[in-house]
Amino acid sequence: MQTIEKSTAGGRSEPPADRPPAGQRGDRIFAGLTTGVSVAILALLVVMMLFLFGKAWPALHKAGLAFFTERQWFPDAPKPRFGVEALVWGTVVSSVLALLIAVPVAVASALYVTEYARPVVGRWVGYLVDVLAAVPSVVYGLWGLYFLVPRMVGFQRWLGQHLGFIPIFHNPENLYGRSILAASVVLALMVLPIVAAVSREVFRQVPREMREAALALGATRWETVRMSVLPQSRSGIIGAVILGLGRALGETIAVALVLAVTFDVNIRILRPGGNTVAANIATKFGEAGVVGRSALIASGLVLFLITLLATAGARSVVRRTGRAATGLA
Amino acid sequence: MSVDQAVLLQGRRLDRPRAIGTSAAGLAVALVLFAVTPLQGRADFVVVGYLFAVGAYLLAAARTEGRRSVVDRLVGVLMVTAVAVCLMGLGAVLVYTAARGVKAMSGDFFTHSMAGVGPRDTNGGAYHSILGTLEQVLLATLISVPTGLLVAVYLTEYGRGWIAAAVRALIDMMVGIPSIVAGLFVFAFWVLALHQGFSGLAAAIALSIIMLPIIVRSAEEMIKLVPANLREASYALGIPRWRTVLRVVLPTASAGITTGVMLAIARVTGETAPLLLTAFGFDSIHRDPFHGPQSSLPLFVFSQAGSAFTTAVNRAWAGALTLIVVVLLLTVAARLVTRRNRLVA
Repeated sequence: MQTIEKSTAGGRSEPPADRPPAGQRGDRIFAGLTTGVSVAILALLVVMMLFLFGKAWPALHKAGLAFFTERQWFPDAPKPRFGVEALVWGTVVSSVLALLIAVPVAVASALYVTEYARPVVGRWVGYLVDVLAAVPSVVYGLWGLYFLVPRMVGFQRWLGQHLGFIPIFHNPENLYGRSILAASVVLALMVLPIVAAVSREVFRQVPREMREAALALGATRWETVRMSVLPQSRSGIIGAVILGLGRALGETIAVALVLAVTFDVNIRILRPGGNTVAANIATKFGEAGVVGRSALIASGLVLFLITLLATAGARSVVRRTGRAATGLA
Repeated sequence: MSVDQAVLLQGRRLDRPRAIGTSAAGLAVALVLFAVTPLQGRADFVVVGYLFAVGAYLLAAARTEGRRSVVDRLVGVLMVTAVAVCLMGLGAVLVYTAARGVKAMSGDFFTHSMAGVGPRDTNGGAYHSILGTLEQVLLATLISVPTGLLVAVYLTEYGRGWIAAAVRALIDMMVGIPSIVAGLFVFAFWVLALHQGFSGLAAAIALSIIMLPIIVRSAEEMIKLVPANLREASYALGIPRWRTVLRVVLPTASAGITTGVMLAIARVTGETAPLLLTAFGFDSIHRDPFHGPQSSLPLFVFSQAGSAFTTAVNRAWAGALTLIVVVLLLTVAARLVTRRNRLVA
């Protein structure tokens, strides 16, 4: 309010009709400035993407279609052999596994906060879960490597010995430690706060009347959730899950620290080793030569396309089911 | 209403003392099992004890209440368990990092760099990387806050037609860019194509790519929340649109915008992956952020953590603790600013 008074007092008492030229000029300049900056950023990002593609091209050209099927990474060798198959595989498996662990916990905790807990308790639980999102990924990596991995050996051995007949738990070497499963648990902890926060917002948007109607019919709290809250929130939860998937797919440092990097397609989630696109860039970047860097950029391009596809898919799902999810709409 | 009428309306309910009693009994059975049978181990006891306590509780509920009510209680238990898992995860990360970090802190940590320090040496510190982080985050903020605000103003005030749609789509896309890909953008464009080399500035550009969508989104939301009558009052006084935006709309939305900016800063302070490709890392003090590789606190933690020697890993823990404290302080401060925000409250 003060600002208005000041500018009125500052000699602006004449009728506005005398003023427009100055005001209009200012408006045009300001509109031009904001538009210019927005368009410049748009252009800059497009240019950066083109350069990303340009710098990836030498490696893509050299490897040809083998880039998508090769399971080794020796781009700087005299006869370079490198490809993303093992990397994409590791990325997808670890991310999906992380979501399988994180989503039930995140959605359940969000339901607790919005539907079951007293408001004060719910608010504090919400704050604390949000703190998980603030922890830097390098700290998660360090913690995963030195706290979680040693403590998960027993659990992993138990899984391997009792459920070893299921192919993904098969681990004949009987070595346990820095496995895809361990990396996925760390990823799950990182994805959890995102899924939980978006789910909370989605549940809050369900109209109160829907719950009251169910409760008035004598439904228990769970029946209320199942019959009126969850059906209303389905697309929003899908949006939350995809948002979490995006985070898990692109996570670099935590995976690079926790996983013992090997280079093969590893569907045995208990065996130490495996690799992801992002972690491979982080671990190989320092020693990469010219072709190596180009190859890493090309693999980053693949990661970029995967995440773009995932988020675009999420947006179309959310749009089709007709309800805008927070953070995606 | 008499007690009988309440029972008629609600059915018989398991009261709290009995619920607690039966759970304790379940736990006691588990304790006895661990004492007399070959079962052992802390983790195993937690699992078995939890299952027995929950089982006893649900059995007691099933004896007094109907099936639907028992299902309701089971789901309630699962939800509390989920919350407990979240909080245990959080507690484990914070407590373990704090414990290891405090033990590893030394007088050198905030005053010395890693110049000439080998992985097995006990001295050496993170001064150079703290300096690098400060410079890089400051530069990133200087780049992304003005541009972010201008883009937000464009989208809310002037954006029409396909250009606005394209800008909005771009901001949406930027939210989903993995941070390492943001690093690759700057590496391919700034470092390689423009031959600028690794530098603190390159890192700041990469961080700006991450900050920009966060700032634009939050500023846009806050600007939309500014009541229309404030704007109209300003127009009625003959004040042009641009001055209205700068002196009425933005100041009113400032608390919310500050929150967004602080959360963005907190987010990029802990970023490691893009810095690896842009700042590259450096062992000595390097004050100039515009030329030559620089270190940063997350990079310092990453490089020390990968070492096989406890001395280096200890430095990583000290760095991790510093990082967590800074980021959490920023996050809490951002929340406090929100609380004073008249638009949201």
